[in-house]
Amino acid sequence: MQKTPDRRQLIVPAVALVFAVVLPFVLGNYHVFQVTLVLVYAIALLGLNMLTGFNGQISLGHGAFYAIGAYTAAILMDKGGMPYWATIPIAGAVCLLAGFLFGLPALRLEGLYLALATFALGVAMPQILKHKSIEHWTGGAMGVVIVKPDPPSWAPLSQDQWLYFFTLAWVIVAFVLAASLLRGRIGRAMVAIRDQPIAAQAMGVNTAMVKSMTFGVSAMYTGVAGALGAIAIQFVAPDSFTIFLSITLLVGVVVGGLASISGAFFGAVFIQFIPNIADHLSKAAPWAIYGVILIAFMYVMPSGVAGFLRLVRARLLRRRAA
Amino acid sequence: MTAPLLRIARRTAMAAMVATAFVGSVVFAQAAKYGPGASATEIKLGQTMPYSGPASAYGTIGKVEQAYFKMINDNGGINGRKVNLISLDDGYSPPKAVEQVRRLVEQDEVLALFQTLGTPSNSAIHKYVNAKKVPHLLLATGATKWGDPQNNPWTMGFNLSYQSEGQIYAKWLLKNKPNAKVAILYQNDDYGKDVLKGVKDGLGAAGAKMIVKEATYEVTDPTIDSQILTLQGSGADTFINITTPKFGAQAVRKAFDSGWKPLQIINNVSASIGSVLIPAGVEKAIGAITVAYYKDQNDPQWKDDPAMLEWRAFMGRYYREGDPKDQSNLYGYLAAQIMTQILKQCGNDLTRENVMKQAANLKNFKLPLLLPGMSINTGPNDFFPVEQAQLERFTGTQWQLFGEVISTDAK
Repeated sequence: MQKTPDRRQLIVPAVALVFAVVLPFVLGNYHVFQVTLVLVYAIALLGLNMLTGFNGQISLGHGAFYAIGAYTAAILMDKGGMPYWATIPIAGAVCLLAGFLFGLPALRLEGLYLALATFALGVAMPQILKHKSIEHWTGGAMGVVIVKPDPPSWAPLSQDQWLYFFTLAWVIVAFVLAASLLRGRIGRAMVAIRDQPIAAQAMGVNTAMVKSMTFGVSAMYTGVAGALGAIAIQFVAPDSFTIFLSITLLVGVVVGGLASISGAFFGAVFIQFIPNIADHLSKAAPWAIYGVILIAFMYVMPSGVAGFLRLVRARLLRRRAA
Repeated sequence: MTAPLLRIARRTAMAAMVATAFVGSVVFAQAAKYGPGASATEIKLGQTMPYSGPASAYGTIGKVEQAYFKMINDNGGINGRKVNLISLDDGYSPPKAVEQVRRLVEQDEVLALFQTLGTPSNSAIHKYVNAKKVPHLLLATGATKWGDPQNNPWTMGFNLSYQSEGQIYAKWLLKNKPNAKVAILYQNDDYGKDVLKGVKDGLGAAGAKMIVKEATYEVTDPTIDSQILTLQGSGADTFINITTPKFGAQAVRKAFDSGWKPLQIINNVSASIGSVLIPAGVEKAIGAITVAYYKDQNDPQWKDDPAMLEWRAFMGRYYREGDPKDQSNLYGYLAAQIMTQILKQCGNDLTRENVMKQAANLKNFKLPLLLPGMSINTGPNDFFPVEQAQLERFTGTQWQLFGEVISTDAK
């Protein structure tokens, strides 16, 4: 009885993986680049979803961690001469630490107050990056230009295809780790804190520690995404990481589906492509169109795309049973 | 001449004409060469513009340029080809600019990029377009780094570069106020340093003696009062104000209110009467100097200027929703005129190589909306289309041109 649903659960990821491997050979380089960005955003959204969806803490400043990850990779490559692949784990570690340290005091704040504190971080980040004392590293307002990595000689791929697979590998690692984390003891503790903080504490969950760690891990995911994004874009500058990025990430999490692992992909597709569609529909007011689409999404799928799919599947199963 | 002879002569002439026409068409067929984005009927150009985001006020530049090419197309296009300017929103975000430019180059396959706006966005695509060998023309930013044909042969700016502007102030000072004691306030980023470098290069050896004090500020600073007091304390009698509008207004006011009252040189970025001088108090800016290179539609002296009337007619017919007081609408019109000239010069050889070659081959090209006596010049080693400008002085109500057109050897 236990076996069948397990196997069925594996079918969807397996099909998705085959699809993901075939995709870059069907699309042109420009679209491969876009899909790479979707993967990058998916990692960032997964990170934010751990915090917001699973742990119930709202962050309006995750763009800041995305920026820290991006700058860490850029500076290590540009000033440190480090190979691009080695910078990703370092960017993740730096953001884990930054997130944890920011989380310790900030997490004393509940709900909306935490949202404001993180908002402050997100707003401040572009200006911090321009600051004189670190300009030597960050390039100030000018930013840092990165060289696009070449595929290794054994791989018959274009630069964009190689970068896609490189990012895809990180996506797989990130999602497998997240799934095992969220479906285990820690995941249950996170959800318990979200739903019944007092009961969770009474059960012996170290609320402050779990919250801080969640914040750190969430920041780490976003930082890894930032580093991958910087390598794909080949450029980092303070203007790339305005508060709007943080808001966009939150939009992606909600549209994709809170507390859903697969929701990160749907959210990523939304934040990557909907602005382009809006711009295509109206030059005069692209963001008004974006707003309309967003409202329509929320109206039709109040629990996000992932929640909507779950609902549809449940209906189909029920009909089949009936 | 007898009749038969005449007939023969006529026949020969006709044969010659036919032959010429034939040869002509052969030459035509041979010469028509097309790169990506060009065909017998269409020329595709691309650009990114901040239609949304913090710099969306500049989005009107993209719209006025599209309107301009609509007018060109209504009048038969360029050498019979319609211009299709694909203008995409980048929200002033560098990553978005990279994505949109990749779309323009790889999917829409434009012949060239035209007037991509903003220093950050252009920095982000600089390497990419040069690797892809796509003409990246007449960028809407004043940074000096766009004129570097040795290292980036596919990129060419448009604006009077910040360094040129600084040089022009320096040249004027050397000539008219050689004993000036100069204090400089500049924004601590590449833009501020770019103008500063121009001033220092222009002053040359005299600079060490003339510049008595420098101060900087960050865009994040709330005020610059303390910097102004420091500069005042240096005993300077000339103040070069290299600031963006908010700080420009603060500096103009504080330099006056503190009792310093030096000769003020305000950089072009902050020369707007509406957003800088009126908030600062116009009486505090009387006598201030800045630089200009195209006619200002709000200046009454150009009210009946034929070029200005033509521009107004264009605005009324093709871009009615645009604000005729907004200088960006004149700026975009100028840039589109230069792009049109480049494409005209390309003739039937519409390859990316030739577009770049012709962009670097503008010789004494006069545009009636530039200030009188100015012209556009480029060359294989000169990627600065605008290298001349004229100074103007604030009367309390408007900027008034004075002196001659000053040229720089922008580098």
